[in-house]
Amino acid sequence: MTEPEQPRDERDDLPEPVVQKRRVGISLIWLVPLVAAIVGASLLVHGWLGQGPSIIVTFQTAEGLEANKTQVKYKNVVIGKVTQIALNRDHSQVKVKIDLEKNAESFATKDTRFWVVRPRVGIGGVSGVDTLFSGAFIGADTGDSTDEQDEFKGLETPPPVLHGQPGRRFTLHSGDLGSLDIGSPVYFRRVQVGHVVSHALDENGKGVSLQVFIDGPNDRYVSKSSRFWNASGVDVSLGADGLKLNTQSLATVLAGGVAFQSPNGPHDDTPAEENTDFDLYNDQASAMAPPDGEPRYIRMRFDHSLRGLRVDSPVEFLGINVGKVVSLNLDYDIQTQRFPVIVGAVVYPERLGKAHQKLMAAAIGRGDTDWSQMVGRMVEHGLRAQARTGNLLTGQLYIAIDFDPKAKPVAFDSAAKPLELPTTSGDFDKIQEQIGSIVDKIQKIPFDTIGKNLDESLKQLSGTLKQVNESLAPEATKTFKQAQQTLGAANNALSNDSPLQQNLGQTLQELQRTARSLRVLTDYLSRHPESLIRGKGKDAAPAQASPPPAAPATSTNPPQGAKP
Amino acid sequence: MTGVVTARERGLVGCHVCGLVSRAKHVPPGAMCPRCHAPLHRRKTNSLTRTWALLIAAALLYLPANLLPIMRTVSLGNVDDNTILSGVIELWRNDSWDLAIIVFVASIVVPMMKFLVLGTLLVSVQRKSRWALKQRARFYRLVELVGYWSMLDVFVVALLSALVHFQVLSRVEPKPGVIYFGLVVVLTMLASMSFDPRLIWDRKETDD
Repeated sequence: MTEPEQPRDERDDLPEPVVQKRRVGISLIWLVPLVAAIVGASLLVHGWLGQGPSIIVTFQTAEGLEANKTQVKYKNVVIGKVTQIALNRDHSQVKVKIDLEKNAESFATKDTRFWVVRPRVGIGGVSGVDTLFSGAFIGADTGDSTDEQDEFKGLETPPPVLHGQPGRRFTLHSGDLGSLDIGSPVYFRRVQVGHVVSHALDENGKGVSLQVFIDGPNDRYVSKSSRFWNASGVDVSLGADGLKLNTQSLATVLAGGVAFQSPNGPHDDTPAEENTDFDLYNDQASAMAPPDGEPRYIRMRFDHSLRGLRVDSPVEFLGINVGKVVSLNLDYDIQTQRFPVIVGAVVYPERLGKAHQKLMAAAIGRGDTDWSQMVGRMVEHGLRAQARTGNLLTGQLYIAIDFDPKAKPVAFDSAAKPLELPTTSGDFDKIQEQIGSIVDKIQKIPFDTIGKNLDESLKQLSGTLKQVNESLAPEATKTFKQAQQTLGAANNALSNDSPLQQNLGQTLQELQRTARSLRVLTDYLSRHPESLIRGKGKDAAPAQASPPPAAPATSTNPPQGAKP
Repeated sequence: MTGVVTARERGLVGCHVCGLVSRAKHVPPGAMCPRCHAPLHRRKTNSLTRTWALLIAAALLYLPANLLPIMRTVSLGNVDDNTILSGVIELWRNDSWDLAIIVFVASIVVPMMKFLVLGTLLVSVQRKSRWALKQRARFYRLVELVGYWSMLDVFVVALLSALVHFQVLSRVEPKPGVIYFGLVVVLTMLASMSFDPRLIWDRKETDD
């Protein structure tokens, strides 16, 4: 209470420092808004300086894009953000405004490409899975150009090759696209080394050009003589060594693919330059085959049915495939009132290889100027076309061009276009007919009734055998038993101690004695032949004395002794 | 209101802390309450200047607080930056209109109201206006009362950032906007604190 009163009395001397203090206080508190202003200003300046260029990209659709949310990424680094999405004036496209970041200024140049990365599921694979959860984003790729640009046309599909990716592009030409598509793999020795990046119809509409990109460093394997072929699907071949199933990879079975390889034998190994043109063959065999050269068209006229011959059926010369059938037409001959079949075929004489080279050399040596003249000479020597059966099971035919020494000479017009090759009817046709008639005859045999009769006969036979079993068998047993008894009796009769044996022995002794006396008699008679007439002399007493009982027997029955 | 006589006119000064009223025609700097020794002053020192300064600072910071995102929500790789207003709009669109209203009131209406009320008070006090004295005093009390509710947003962001941490599944990160917003709230609270409501009733001499 007392303290405040005292200064009040001396109030006039004191206010000065108080005023100064107040001024200091004012300036101090004003630091707070000053700092706030500096912070705000720095934010503004930072934002101003950090703002990169603003660009506009047009897309077909804004599917998955959101303003202020969708990011623009290059190599997965955020380089900008979509700030606005609007339709263009005629509502045909979507204009997407993108604010690039300051350090991404270089993306606002001419060659930059933008596309929307969405999850994509194809037969060849799945991409952009991460965008399933995070939502789509816009991918960007730089180019070489430094010209500034702020309006871009967005790509609808991601570019297959990014800028600066090592590798080379090549162009392939094919009759059709087959099952190939952008992204289809390119294989080299079954290793994926690249992919198809684009395809377009040729200007004249007669083919398709494909661009393939071979990733580095494998692009060095593409040489000037490399052959490309369509490796789509499954290649099934039935050869002498069995069934062969050939495919590049499981993915190509579904999605298609391209493969390339250098041909066998000597070839140019220098790596092909970028954008070199190559032909795309339908399969490996035709790709690796030597070049066909110029195609030649020939026409053949057959007077018999050509069932089994189709367009694309092979034309073979001495077993070598030289071409294929391109047309089959029925004609009518008014004079003979028959329907000949006109077969058009394309042949590639260069497929004959060395033979063709030699033939050409010889033809030029003879002064033939045209291929048809050469053919004319060969026709003179019996060159004929024949429709032969290639496959007995399916009855498919092929055209065989062969030399027939017995062929009748025919007129050949070497100026005709296309060249008409004389034909002979195939040997096989006759054989086929004969086989047909044989089969007919076989078919006429009544196998049914034969079978039935045979069945009945067999049944009867079975009954007979049963009877035999039942009646004949016991009889036979009985007979066998009797036979055994008989043989036993015979055995007894012939045994050593049997009376028959003894009697026989006695008889034989008797016979011996008879024979001896007979010898004596013959001896006597030889010495005294007169005794046959005069009778026996007197000096025969000693002889009489030793065998008295034999003497009468010999003398009385000489014919008896001679008889046995 | 005109008939009200202020303590200042009577030569009295009240202690802010213990409420003791002392007799003093003039209060020099350094004067203390005889009972609790708290510094005594008739009016808060430099009240108007300080309030102005703090209010202007808050207003400056209010711009980045509203323009910059305050929160980043990452769920399944889906990144979403939200400013205060966009958060309110999103809540409204998601049919959580009750929450949207709460956030809108706490984060936008209240700070704006503070700027308006404090600004009006400052201007009217400086002009010594005798207009609507009681209403102005009531408004000041309201500002004092609801001031800290604006911190709701800051707490929400702080809580979510601390709680929602499921790696890839979902994640909440605070963004610089929330700092500015927090500063705005703190500065407006300081501004309303430094404002001396007794100035509303002062008629002539604005000594201190």
